[in-house]
Order: sequence, then C-alpha cells, then structure tokens
Amino acid sequence: MLIDDYDPLKKRMLQVLDQEGKVVNPSLEPVLDPDVLMRAYRTMVLARQIDDKAVILQRQGRLGAYPPNRGQEAASLGPAMAIGKDDWLVWAFRELAGLLWKGLDPLRLYLYWMGNEEGSHYPPGLKVLPAVIPVGSQLPIAVGMAYASMIRREGTVTLSYCGDGATSAGDFHEALNSAGTFRTPNVFVIQNNQWAISMPRNRQTAAPTLAQKAVAYGFPGIMVDGNDVLAMYMATQEAVGRARRGEGPTLIEAYTYRMGNHTTSDDAKKYRLEEELKEWEKRDPLVRLKAYLMNRGMLDERQEETILGEAKEETERIVVEAERFPRPTVDDVFKHTYAQMPRTLTEQLERCRRLEGGGR
Amino acid sequence: MAVLNMVSALNQAFGGEMERDPSVVVLGEDVGRDGGVFRVTEGLLDRFGADRVVDTPLAEMAIAGMAVGMALNGLRPVAEIQFMGFSYLTLSTMISHASRMRNRTRSGMHVPMVMRMPYGAGVKALEHHSESMEALFVQVPGLKVVVPSTPREAKGLLISSIRDPDPVVFLEPTRSYRLMKEEVEEESFTIPLGEARQVREGDDITVVGWGAMMPLIEKAVGSVGKKGIECDVLDLRTLSPMDSTAVLSSVRKTGRCVIVQEAPRNCGVAAELIARINEGALLSLEAPVERVTAPDIVVPLPQGEGHYYITPGRIENAIERVANF
Repeated sequence: MLIDDYDPLKKRMLQVLDQEGKVVNPSLEPVLDPDVLMRAYRTMVLARQIDDKAVILQRQGRLGAYPPNRGQEAASLGPAMAIGKDDWLVWAFRELAGLLWKGLDPLRLYLYWMGNEEGSHYPPGLKVLPAVIPVGSQLPIAVGMAYASMIRREGTVTLSYCGDGATSAGDFHEALNSAGTFRTPNVFVIQNNQWAISMPRNRQTAAPTLAQKAVAYGFPGIMVDGNDVLAMYMATQEAVGRARRGEGPTLIEAYTYRMGNHTTSDDAKKYRLEEELKEWEKRDPLVRLKAYLMNRGMLDERQEETILGEAKEETERIVVEAERFPRPTVDDVFKHTYAQMPRTLTEQLERCRRLEGGGR
Repeated sequence: MAVLNMVSALNQAFGGEMERDPSVVVLGEDVGRDGGVFRVTEGLLDRFGADRVVDTPLAEMAIAGMAVGMALNGLRPVAEIQFMGFSYLTLSTMISHASRMRNRTRSGMHVPMVMRMPYGAGVKALEHHSESMEALFVQVPGLKVVVPSTPREAKGLLISSIRDPDPVVFLEPTRSYRLMKEEVEEESFTIPLGEARQVREGDDITVVGWGAMMPLIEKAVGSVGKKGIECDVLDLRTLSPMDSTAVLSSVRKTGRCVIVQEAPRNCGVAAELIARINEGALLSLEAPVERVTAPDIVVPLPQGEGHYYITPGRIENAIERVANF
C-alpha cells in the first residue's frame, strides 16, 4: 500500500513522474490505457484554455471575478480520474480539470462565473455538487453524502476537494473527525497550493504537512506531488479502493501551486516573490504530462497542435453559448426559493413584475 | 386514542415516519443510546438500528452539514440540535447551503431535511439553554420555520416537516414538552405548513402567538373573557412562510390586535406581523397594535428569569389596554 510507504509524519511525498516526465519509480507507474492518458492530456489542455480565457473575459468585463486554476490542473484531474460515474464529486472553486473529466459541460462553469444560476444547474445523475465558496463548508456535507451511500451499501465514494486554507476552518475538523468515526467512504483531497489569498501555508498550521492531520482522525493521510497527475491518480485510486471496501476515509494532500492570483480581484505580487512563481512554473503539471507522453511516443508536436486547436474551438463554443444564454427573468429569480411558492412570495413577485413593467 | 404529552407525540411521529419511509434517518448528539436528552427519540435505536438512528460526535457544524449531505444523497434526515443556544454553529450550513441549494441549482437539487431543537425559557435551565432566537432563521429565504404548541400539533407538524421537500427548522418549546397532555391519534396525520390555527373565535380583539406562548395566552384570554372581552386567538405555528392572510382577516374583523412573542423585541416576528398588518389592514384598526415581548436583554439566569419571562398577567394587561383604547 502506498499509504504505508509514504508516511506524512516523515514528510515523504509520493511522486511518479519527475520534472522531465520521466518515471521516478517504475513500480509505481499506473497501467492506464493510452486513450485514457491522451484524454487526460486533452482535459488538461482544455482546462488551461478555458481558464486563461476566463481571465481575459474578466478583464474585458464579460465575466465576473474569477479564481484561476493555472498550475493546479493535475491536482484536481488525477483524483477525478480515479472515481466512477456513480461516485460523487464535491468541489470548492478551483477544480476545473477534474470537473471536465467528470463530464460537466464547461458552459455551466462560464455561466456560473458570468453570474447566472443556470451555471449550477447540472444534468440529473451527474453526481457533482455546485461550487462551494464558503471555505471548508462543503466537507461536512461530503461526509453526509458518503454516509448515505454507506448505509445503502452502494459501494460508491464521495471525493471532495478543499484548499490549504480550509484546513484551518472548524468545518474541516468536524468533517474529518466525523468521517473517521463513522468510517464513511470519503476521499478528502486538499489542494495545498501554498497560499490562502495572501497567507502562506505556514500561517495556516504549525504542522509540517497537511496530510498528517489524518493521523489524529484515525485514518491514513498521504502527501502527493500535486503537479504529477499520475501520482495523484495512484494515490486516489488506492483511497477509493479503501473506501469501496468499507475501510473508511483517506486524506490526500496535493502539494501544488497557484500560479495565478487568488481571483481576478487579487494581485499576488503584493505578497509573494516573483522567484517563487518562476520556480513553480518549471514544475508546470501540463508540461510534465506532455513530456511523459512524448517520452512514451504517444504524442508528437503535430498531435499537440491539433489538441490545442480543438481546445481553443471548444472554448470559443462555450464563450459564444454562455454569452448568448438567456439572462434570468424575474420569475426565475423568485420561483426556486421553495418547491411551492408561498403566498407572500407570490405577492412580492407580482409587485416586482408590476414595478419592472413601469407600474406602481 | 392515547393521551400524550409533546415528547411522546413527537416520538410517535418519528416511529410512524421511520416505519413508513426507510429514507428517514435521525442524527444528533445522544439521540440513539440515550434517546435524546428530552427522550424524544427514545426507543428508535432499538427499532430502526444504528444506521438510521445516528449518535454523532459532539459537533453541531458536522450534524447540520451531514444532514444536508444526506438529504442531497437520497435520505430524509432529521437532525437534532440539543438546545437552540447551540444551534448558532449551524447557521453557516443552514444559510449557505440548506436554504439555497434549490435556488442556486435552479431546482436541480433540493434539501429535504429537518433540523429540530428545543427552544425557550421558563424552565429554570442552565445558561445558553433558554434562548428563543427564531428570528435568526425566519429571515433566511428558503428555510421554513415551524413551532408547535400542543402535543397533537407537534405530531402533525413534525410529520409534515419530514415529508416537506424543503429544509425545515422545527422549534420545540421546552416548557411545553411535558406541560400538557391531549388526545393524539395513534396513526400518522399531517398538519399543513404555512397555515395558522384558529384556537378560539371572538369579535373584540385578535391575539396572535406561537409555541410556548399559547398556554399563557389561553390563560389571559380566559381572564379577560370574564370581563366581557371576546378574543380571536391564532396560533401562528409556521413562522416562515407566515400565514399573514389569517391574521389580516382576523384583524379586519376585530380591528384590534395583540401579538405575544417570547423572543426579544428588536426585529422579531411580531414586528414583521405588525408591518404586514400596516400594509394590509391599517384602515381596519381601531387601536395601535401592541406586542408583548421579552426585553432586548440576554435571557437572565434562573434567579432573574422572573423579570424577563412573559406572564399571563402581562398579556391580559395588553389585551385590556388595546380593547379599551
């Protein structure tokens, strides 16, 4: 078991690929179908395109405040690759690549960041919760979801993400403590991107690693190179197996880096050094997977260009569709408050309609 | 038909609903082995097993959050918070998730959960065990807030709350748990949410209350009745959505109104009701509407509680003042 070999208390970190995309330890290299590996690469390229474009759209006033994903594609994608269609995915707000893998139409994401609730209206059966902005508050919910699957003996798991900042929140403690107690089929991924807005990771906790927090909750934790999609996949696959077998939750710390600003309203230059970013740019998760695929002869420059072209086309499609999408009507903003609209709300809606129609 | 107190009536509601619908689960601190600190969930663990009657760690945020997650994943959870004074930790979950999941997903997802808790003073309890903070929840769009006042009401309203597709905060008046008994049908029945209950008919003045205030109101109304003042008494029983229609039609009939609220005065449910009376029945009024409330102070510990808690005498006083205005 990887979780036995990589003790977070000894600060060991799981890595499959090095910077150059070379396999560090051949016994760890996952047996993945070439189609799956290529799909993973396409997903990361598409995520990068959609992400970069979102920042541009925000600067042009066509999209609201936006939290860039750049640099964290592997940390969200690897775990998503290890779960199935019937498993739940609970995200925070920086998990674009994982969501694409799970099958969410990125149109929804653009709609959401453009300020339309239809952006959180997912097709039934997708098994993805909408974005969670109050940091850490998704984690107790993820435990309840896993509990429901557990007592139905479904064998499904709930994969949830949070950031390093969330580990300071009480929700994190209450959720992981409860999950450990009930041995729920949860896989908790922390995207440790080193910064919670302006606060570095060492201002969130004195613990040397975040993965070791699992020890106190009575279940395994593992620190993983979060810019190595294969390592993230391997660790999550093992955690998912444990969960399905009824062995309880696992905590995975994805050691990664937020290359962009916290959101488009933030300026990271105010609080962190340019050199640090430069260092991490060398560890770009996308570059690493590309090198691995090229080393294995699965990808060449021409194919790469095609993939990039397709990603740009798909991004254009969602820009056009999102901007063309109807804005919410006054009825839309009222009618989903309750299953049945109470009389007082009906009266308020009628009044709103009247006022908007120029009435009094 | 058995004669039950509120605790037994609630317990019966649970038994029936858990029997009827295997997706109903109960969770909270001490709800299983101990049967709840007020014994509302007593015996459920033996009948329905530990998967469905869940003793949780002592963690209110986790209880509320888990209930939301359970509801999103096919269960109908009923979470117990041991006392209202400990419910504030659940506000983030209730406001940021439970109440708005339906709206933010355009009805793609919804949260059919109940969060129940005892509330209220007048029982000489410990600090933090006497609070009546319903207004905190009433202001949240997407939540329903229900307060039963009698054993039979408690059973019917709890069953409706469990079956409701939206999140319900169910407030149980601690003082009334064992205060009174009444006949309650053995089988399950529902009382619709969002409808006030006409407790007594009268033409002279409308008196509105809910929860633990109802027995006090009935005493006061009995006394003023002897002086020839006939009261139209309404038990609001759902604070959100509020049945202002029933209140307005009563006020249009009587032209006078007293509202009795256990909670502090500032921005309480009574204030909202008065605003609605202004909007809908101002010209029917023969006198200013009066509210009998707690003062805007922290609930005193038991030795000082007498300065705080509403008495039938204070209600009687207000009724007479408004009736004779």
